[in-house]
Amino acid sequence: MKPFFEARQLSYAYPRGSLAVRCVSFQVPPASMTAVIGANGSGKSTLVRMLAGLLRPASGEVVLDGTALHAWEPRARARHIAYMPQVTATAFPFRVADIVLSGRAPYLPRFGFDSRHDRERAMEALESTGAAHLADRILSALSGGERQMVILARALAQEPRLLLLDEPSTSLDLKHRADLMRTLARLREQRGLSVIMITHDLQLTGSLFDRILALRSGEIAALGPPDEVLRSDLLADIYGEPNVRAQRMGNQTLVWIDA
Amino acid sequence: MNRAISDTPRMRLVKTAAILTPVLLAAVAVGLTVGRQHIDFGNLLSDPFARTLFFRLRLPRVLMGMLIGSSLSLTGCALQALFRNPLADPYTLGVSGGGALGASIAIALGWSARVAGIPLIFLASFAGATAAVFLVKTIAQTGAIVLPGALLLSGVVVNLVAAAAVVAIQYVADPTSALRILRWIVGSLDVVGLEPIRLMFFLLAPAWLALLALSRQLHLLAIDEDTAATLGVNVRRCETAVHLLCSFIVGVTVATGGAIGFVGLVVPHAVRLMFGEDLRIVLPGSLLLGAAFLVLADALARTALPSSELPVGAVTGLLGGPVFLWLLRRRQQYSMM
Repeated sequence: MKPFFEARQLSYAYPRGSLAVRCVSFQVPPASMTAVIGANGSGKSTLVRMLAGLLRPASGEVVLDGTALHAWEPRARARHIAYMPQVTATAFPFRVADIVLSGRAPYLPRFGFDSRHDRERAMEALESTGAAHLADRILSALSGGERQMVILARALAQEPRLLLLDEPSTSLDLKHRADLMRTLARLREQRGLSVIMITHDLQLTGSLFDRILALRSGEIAALGPPDEVLRSDLLADIYGEPNVRAQRMGNQTLVWIDA
Repeated sequence: MNRAISDTPRMRLVKTAAILTPVLLAAVAVGLTVGRQHIDFGNLLSDPFARTLFFRLRLPRVLMGMLIGSSLSLTGCALQALFRNPLADPYTLGVSGGGALGASIAIALGWSARVAGIPLIFLASFAGATAAVFLVKTIAQTGAIVLPGALLLSGVVVNLVAAAAVVAIQYVADPTSALRILRWIVGSLDVVGLEPIRLMFFLLAPAWLALLALSRQLHLLAIDEDTAATLGVNVRRCETAVHLLCSFIVGVTVATGGAIGFVGLVVPHAVRLMFGEDLRIVLPGSLLLGAAFLVLADALARTALPSSELPVGAVTGLLGGPVFLWLLRRRQQYSMM
């Protein structure tokens, strides 16, 4: 399918730092799932923050439907792209329901309140992540995993075409991790949602993602289907760990460290 | 549908107005009726003394309390959201101190002129408040992050330095100016006649409306800056607008009533406890409750002592200080304080 989202020659440097991302280009078709992998400090979060419009590239551009991302009106852009950060820590005791409803902000009239339709969409998003029972709870009182599911629900309430996730599975237990992946797979089927997700869970990437984008020192080290990227030699190079091993078994890839 | 989602913000806003409007009316009634001088309301129109007392002193003072209370509460609420810090308010962030310093300089230099109908003292106070908020933010900012602890510490330091500068100016100024500056140190609602009230209202009301119009953006910013940005808020533009509006509102109130502390801390938290965290409700709720709170605090200041009046800033300080400490103790409920 024709790509609707594109990174063109993206580079970024933090103040007084060297380039964190260098000349990264790739395209995102509808209903696609892309995993972003790489060692700590390889530029994964910086790249995804540029894709979300949170960082302005030093050079290159992010293009959505043929228009540069920075030229989009922010609320219009928010109806297409949702972002789930690694951690959301709130300074105030917000209720889960209020957090999820905030995902409807891009759809509200400038001075209006949430409509019945908005509340229904928010509730659906909360149900789809299995967190409906938490609606009345205070976000900061939840466990890390529960909090992640609520923030995912907030992102889904935006009804985006592209969902950017920065290591969402870090604080999730096995069950919540499976729930997350099932939810993403279902939304891809039902709504044509595209997903770009940073992860360190290489087992996860082998079976659920169409392709993997591997970064090394801010540059693309590999971009392709899991069976092409999840190779012992390539992973050893990306992570700087010579003992990493990968083996394809059916549609899964087993990755381990050979001590 | 789940109760939490079906309990709509619009319903909560109506409920907030329905509860807080009678509270404000009751506070106004108390403010108009209590005082060291008894007013015979039965003969208000026929008794010139009662009329003068009521229309020249008591009513303007209550209206001044409403304007300043609303202004400080609204700005306190907005600054807490902007900096994602429950302990922020114009006083703790040094904004009031900066405004008081600007106003003191204007008084000491005898600036009594007006620019486009706005007294120079208001503009000097606005400039002081603006400088304070940018200074405090710059000190507390590391990269894109404003450190909550550093924000409060730099606010305290800016307040202390401003207070020291005000005292120094007071010492070198002529006795008349020194006496006028003295009232800035603790704050007072003394006002004669309705003309200053009218001027303040026409300056403050548009700024209040502009701040209220930003309530949705502030609600999203209070959750998280990245969240706000990815939900369509132009964060930098919103931050600049809130800084300038808060500095202007605080500048005008400080130039008139002095640095009255903790109103912007106590009132928004009381509204939050009653009606939840949605800024679209907390901001207008703070406007109503702030007016009621300062009118009642002033009524207490006027009647607490048998032979003299307390400055209203002393009453709000005595009430607000313990609330500040209580919030500090509750910080484990918040993850980023």
